[in-house]
Amino acid sequence: MSAASGLHTSPVRVALVGAPNAGKTTLFNALTGASARVGNYPGVTVERRQGTLVGSAEPIEILDLPGTYALHGETPDEQVVTSVLAGEQAGERLPDALVVVVDATTLRRGLALVREALDRGLPTLIVATMIDEVKARGGQFDPMKLSRLTGVHVLGVVGHRGVGLDPLRRFLEDPQSWPAVVSDAAPTAEARFVWVDRVCDELQTESLRPDSRTDVLDRVLLHPVAGVAVFVAVMILLFQSIFAWAAPVMDSIDTGFAELGVLSRAVLPAGRLTDLWADGILAGVGSVVIFLPQIVILFTVLHFLQDVGYMSRAAFVVDRVMGWVGLQGRSFVPLLSCYACAVPGIMAARTIASPRERLATILVAPFMTCSARLPVYTLLIAAFVPATPVLGLGLQGLVMFGLYALGAFTAFASAALLNRTLLKGSVSVFYMELPPYRLPTAKLIGRQVWESASAFLKRAGTIILIASIVLWGLLTFPSAPIDPSLTPSQQASADLEASMAGRVGHAIEPAIAPLGFDWKIGIGLLASLAAREVIVSTLAQIYAVGDEQDFAGLRTALVNDVDPRTGAPAFTLPTALSLLVFFVFALQCTSTIAIMARETGSWRWPALAFGYMLSLAWVGSFVTYHLARAFA
Amino acid sequence: MKMKTNFKEPIPLSHLEAGQRGRVCTPVGGGEIPARLRDLGFVPGTWLEVRRRAPLGDPVEIELRGYRLCLRTEQLDAVRVEVEGSHP
Repeated sequence: MSAASGLHTSPVRVALVGAPNAGKTTLFNALTGASARVGNYPGVTVERRQGTLVGSAEPIEILDLPGTYALHGETPDEQVVTSVLAGEQAGERLPDALVVVVDATTLRRGLALVREALDRGLPTLIVATMIDEVKARGGQFDPMKLSRLTGVHVLGVVGHRGVGLDPLRRFLEDPQSWPAVVSDAAPTAEARFVWVDRVCDELQTESLRPDSRTDVLDRVLLHPVAGVAVFVAVMILLFQSIFAWAAPVMDSIDTGFAELGVLSRAVLPAGRLTDLWADGILAGVGSVVIFLPQIVILFTVLHFLQDVGYMSRAAFVVDRVMGWVGLQGRSFVPLLSCYACAVPGIMAARTIASPRERLATILVAPFMTCSARLPVYTLLIAAFVPATPVLGLGLQGLVMFGLYALGAFTAFASAALLNRTLLKGSVSVFYMELPPYRLPTAKLIGRQVWESASAFLKRAGTIILIASIVLWGLLTFPSAPIDPSLTPSQQASADLEASMAGRVGHAIEPAIAPLGFDWKIGIGLLASLAAREVIVSTLAQIYAVGDEQDFAGLRTALVNDVDPRTGAPAFTLPTALSLLVFFVFALQCTSTIAIMARETGSWRWPALAFGYMLSLAWVGSFVTYHLARAFA
Repeated sequence: MKMKTNFKEPIPLSHLEAGQRGRVCTPVGGGEIPARLRDLGFVPGTWLEVRRRAPLGDPVEIELRGYRLCLRTEQLDAVRVEVEGSHP
């Protein structure tokens, strides 16, 4: 890193090109070490990874291009590769040289990309990975022969074991000396494969034995019965891990931030700034950081399943079912993850290669019942739904199940609707490699998880921080005049009513009155825009229960609340059911909106989702309220 | 289920049963999906084998050029193949 002061001349830049699963990421990590930086190409959600060559006297920049099967493709990833290699990508220099990474076990497929890369006319080096597997399967890889046939240098490596990396590093220190090929260009796929077949016939690559481990595992994991059973078991395990295993850590983060707030209040002088720090910033940042355990666990499991080769098998097993509503096999895991939280779920949608299905998955993800809805459901069900047994089951439990089912059903129905409307006409290209099973190193997985987690904290954190400060301001200013006859919690309640949020609550009352909501619920809905569960603490504040942990107290306050004009109970079963349905549908989650904007590269899609879900919530609540009143 | 039609007549890849081998015999036409299939190695002369179908019949696992790929049946109509051993 000390030599990286390339102020006068920009450092030499080498781009890594290769197919997905060719071992490019492992190679990049080994070459760049801790110097790698991960970002996005401007305007698209394609990851940009760059680092400097470790241990080189001259600074050599290494750019890891997204995995691609061809250099003229249509997906956002492939378009970035194409435009970088044409020197047309905004803010990106044309690389000085190319390293083409090819899996030595599948040369008859992979050399087509090598041919296309050679035809760019840049100094090129071929790196063949997995040469240990070639040997294990009874074949041999002859770099000299391939070098003679291609006209460029060829190196064989085993990325995760570091075999062959030292010669590669020496080559990388002087990329301008590599030969470039200019003749023999193959303009079509057919021409490229004719060349590939000729080269492979010379190399005698047909001698590889089938990978018996993969054959045996696939006989089970892709079996019509056993495969589905394993799939269900893996999904239960995944669900369990993000739901149950993350909970203790999330609780301690929650408590930690609450205690930090209490501590701040004890140390800092009382006043608005301290309020902003404790109630706005700490609470806001805490509401983001709390997702971190779920993200780390989910991505550890996901990256392991992905790198070991199981994810594409899982997608193979469920693709047909997901295809009925215009999603695909890879949509399943992201949607399942949304039961914990839509934020990691939407991030996990990156594994979907087809842009159309990826977008559909992201847009319907917030309908899945996330864990933030649970406190709201629990409070309202406990307060208003009688515990009468129905068919041997408690009515409360049935209502809870119904809410979960309604969410999932709406997600799939909305996917089908999207498929027939907005996404109609956009081509869905579904192809998925079933790579041999390979055990990934802990280092590789750790690094990928770290990248996902830090990206989440950095990007979503800034937006959430701003949103929570704004929301805090709305809920705080202006405050009511201090009335010494009120208890502190009654004063807090009066302040809340006088605040801008309180005024908005009153202002939107005509719009929400048909749903059975009064201005108090209006404030709650407004506050829940930050995160759904915030409505519980806001209602506690409005009803002046004092301690927001006093769940039973809040329940009683809700049940006993009386409309001042009519004297009738303000909060009735129809109101509660209406509010529950509202929470099933509405997109009240700043984190989800922020992550949606980031993952789709535009604010258009989250705006659309917000509007669609809010309309659905309004109509759903309206129908529920009036039906419930008619039957009650 | 499917009629074994004229032996030498190339048939759409989607008609192949699990375990059948065949050779791609015609270029796979225009459009985004055929273009993608060509990049993945579905070019004339390429041998392939339908390995299995997913539990509900779709997608299909195909081995070609030393690797395995799964595709949906509807996409396979673009590829026409000569089935191995279809001579009487």
